Amino acid sequence: MKELSLHLLDVAQNSLRAEAKHLRIALCEGEGRIRMTVADDGQGMPPDVLAHATKPFFSTKGTEGAGLGLYLLAQTVERTGGSLHLASRDQQSYPDEHGTTLTAELISTHIDCPPMGDMVATVLALLQGSPEVDLHFSHAVEGRTVTLDTRELRAILGTGVPLNTPEVLSWVREFLTEQYQ
Amino acid sequence: MKSLAELAAIRDRVKDQITLRESGNSIRIVVGMGTCGIAAGARSVLHAFVEGIDKKGLHGKAVVLQSGCVGGCEREPVVEIICKGQDKVTYINMTAEKAERVLEEHVKGGKIVTEYTAANA
Repeated sequence: MKELSLHLLDVAQNSLRAEAKHLRIALCEGEGRIRMTVADDGQGMPPDVLAHATKPFFSTKGTEGAGLGLYLLAQTVERTGGSLHLASRDQQSYPDEHGTTLTAELISTHIDCPPMGDMVATVLALLQGSPEVDLHFSHAVEGRTVTLDTRELRAILGTGVPLNTPEVLSWVREFLTEQYQ
Repeated sequence: MKSLAELAAIRDRVKDQITLRESGNSIRIVVGMGTCGIAAGARSVLHAFVEGIDKKGLHGKAVVLQSGCVGGCEREPVVEIICKGQDKVTYINMTAEKAERVLEEHVKGGKIVTEYTAANA
């Protein structure tokens, strides 16, 4: 992956596939570090799956998954001297409070640290594919914090206008782009 | 600054069209967004289709959907175009530029861009 934002799109797809209703993506850049959190309330993973989740070619998706997404991210993170941590509670063992939280810290001054890339495009791709999910996005960088909370948007749009309506996506693109400027 | 009031105006403008659009969408554009697709550039292909539909006014004619990996990772980004009552057409090694041409010629004009299809590669 050429950008961290592409890794984030990829691991967030895992959350959506795990039927998450809420998804939180929090990024914080500064002091030579990039901290990334992707937290969901999806099905979660039991310990035996969690233990293998970052191993190459390990997948629970059968023929549909290559088992490389988390592995590639772990490799990217570790190459910079950073660390990746996965915590998960599976739905069967924790019916009331389940989900997965991924936290990663990269050393952004390391020569192998990829650029953050286009986070706006990543958020838009997530909204386009899963307009019904509550997404809370925040990105603290260079003294400002870019945020998006789809619950606020949905409160205005109501049930009749989905978030992936092209006109709404265009609005979100400009809303986020302005915050980054 | 973009305001939430603008969003409310968008809602009022499009809300009556949504049902009509959904019933009219006869073409499905499916972009593979698995790990392999994303690594190969599927995100910009996805946005090229989404924005192209908006620019060309193809609302209510075509809808963009995302799928996972369907195999053939080495030919990603892969895009499938499914027109009602016709065989599925699979485009491979897609780019944003190719997406623009597929929208114009295939989705809008009804003519398959054979040089980008899997069958022709």
